[in-house]
Amino acid sequence: MTTHLKRWWPLALLLALAAAPYSALPLPGLLDGPLGSPGSLQLIALCLLYGGLATGYDLLLGRTGLLSFGHALYFATGLYATDLAMLEFGLGFVPAALLGTACSVLLALVLGAVSLRVTGIGFSMVTLAFAQAGAILVQRNPGGYTGGEEGRSAPAEHLPDALIGIQNTANLYWIALAYLVLVLAVVHWTVSSPTGRVWAGIRENERRVEVLGLRPYGFKLVAFTVSGALAGAGGVVYLLLTGGATPQAAGSDATLALLVMVVLGGSGTRWGPLLGGVLYTWAAHRLGDLANSGSVAELPSVLRVPLSQPLFLLGTLFVAVVHLLPGGLAALPARLRPGRAARAAAPVTAVPEGAA
Amino acid sequence: MNTVVLLTCTGLGLGALYFLIASGLSLIFGLMDVLNFAHGALLSIGAYAAWWAATDGGLGFWPAVPFGVLVGTAASVLLELALIRPLYARPRDQILATVGVGLALPALITGVWGSDARPFPQPAALSGTVDLLGAAVPVNRFVLIAAALAVLLLLRLFLARTRYGLIVRAGVEDRAMVTALGIDVRRAFTLVFAIGGAAASLGGALAGLYFGSVNPSQGTGLLVFAFVVVVMGGMGSVTGAAVASVGVGLVQQFANYYTAAGLGDLSVVVLLAVLLLVKPRGLTGRLA
Repeated sequence: MTTHLKRWWPLALLLALAAAPYSALPLPGLLDGPLGSPGSLQLIALCLLYGGLATGYDLLLGRTGLLSFGHALYFATGLYATDLAMLEFGLGFVPAALLGTACSVLLALVLGAVSLRVTGIGFSMVTLAFAQAGAILVQRNPGGYTGGEEGRSAPAEHLPDALIGIQNTANLYWIALAYLVLVLAVVHWTVSSPTGRVWAGIRENERRVEVLGLRPYGFKLVAFTVSGALAGAGGVVYLLLTGGATPQAAGSDATLALLVMVVLGGSGTRWGPLLGGVLYTWAAHRLGDLANSGSVAELPSVLRVPLSQPLFLLGTLFVAVVHLLPGGLAALPARLRPGRAARAAAPVTAVPEGAA
Repeated sequence: MNTVVLLTCTGLGLGALYFLIASGLSLIFGLMDVLNFAHGALLSIGAYAAWWAATDGGLGFWPAVPFGVLVGTAASVLLELALIRPLYARPRDQILATVGVGLALPALITGVWGSDARPFPQPAALSGTVDLLGAAVPVNRFVLIAAALAVLLLLRLFLARTRYGLIVRAGVEDRAMVTALGIDVRRAFTLVFAIGGAAASLGGALAGLYFGSVNPSQGTGLLVFAFVVVVMGGMGSVTGAAVASVGVGLVQQFANYYTAAGLGDLSVVVLLAVLLLVKPRGLTGRLA
């Protein structure tokens, strides 16, 4: 019985999530409205999207050991390229989405080929520099294309009717869920492929991989490109969910948020980044509501001020997880069972250190 | 000509600001291999402490600057002792911890004083302009340049003439060897964090003067350019950071003025990528 449960719970969870729009289950505290209401579906869809994005980012951080500070660039490329293809070229949604994702892939391939020439912290800084260049470009609004601070909203006339309007939130929700399943499948498939085994080798000890006669560069470039492609596809889903492209998506804070999600959940694990992404997104939204609620407003200012800043709470939580819970939330069950953890031969260390 | 003089002075002032941030960042990375993402937050702490002391605290501008530096230094030492030191065995987690602090502290400042820019009090002696070769240059540019030169001189004296300076220089070269010689290099870690925090918070207080206001995201915004300076100058090199910050400040000012606005920022950031790619060994610094 328990082995069945262990084996099939992801599928059961997926079915439950797919059926969520038909449910009116109230979840007080967790969500504002009942489960199937448009507001709740929108929030859960965002959570699922970020769960997928974090899982895709972990392909670099946790699976290959590459600390990239520029992942938001590929997300923003998918977002803006899709939006602009519809606005400026008048393409339909599907061709625009394909074009947007292709742009992300191409950019990740080119910039990855360049960035991966340096290793360690140098790689982190090159990716940061490219992402910062992208963020500045989006902010400065060249030629009036990106819309500067305000961004550009998606043109309703180019989107399929089934994806517009509050009554169709369920469709957007299913798209986000499909995106998450796609990311999980791609990550699972690539990680268990021969390439994925080389990634694990690079994460543990890059020099040894070289000694085995393999060139790590090509394998790392594949990881970078696949991860960029997943981020670009996430940008398309984000465009649908929020109805527009805004410069916040390109900023360095967006990459740092992904980093926090992955480490919070547990990098290098199958479900950790997903868990971290869902929790982070949910907390960032709900903590914002909490800050405006009456119960917090009555607190003395020593407590009220920190509680009213979601980023402060999340940053503090992140530092706490890094210190107290190496391996993230995914390592928590193993830690709570001291007997089993003691019997295990190797301690759980999910954050790779070899490539730092 | 007027414009060129003004742009040069402004660029040098900006470069001085970059140097104040980058000198500490460079020393910390050179010695400890920690890329301190919380360094911008330290700058913000210095800026807000000075601003608070000068307005609500009623101290006036001149005592407010040392107050800001003191608070920033204390915060920096606290950061090292409480959050970085327990993670010595996990280098990547050290960087992650500073990322968390870099997110949390500006958010806390936003929570206390709001996200809007607050006007920074300008003392009468520093609010005017100086006539230099026919251009009216604001005095505060020269204050920044003087402060950066003083910090550069003090740091060089410290590194060249004191025992701890010797340990820091040796640690940048080869940390393992210093430890093997029986010297507790961890004390030097706290020291470089204190120096870096002091320089960054001085930069914060003077950034208030330069920009005329303080806001919570100022420090983080300057941090990326400080990274450029650190990499250009060679990690761990204080003199290299000084030269690089002058270059970056000038390039940014001139490019922003003579080409499209924002192109200067963009060119500097792209410069970082190009430098790292052409000279990947620029990261392993030499102390000069």
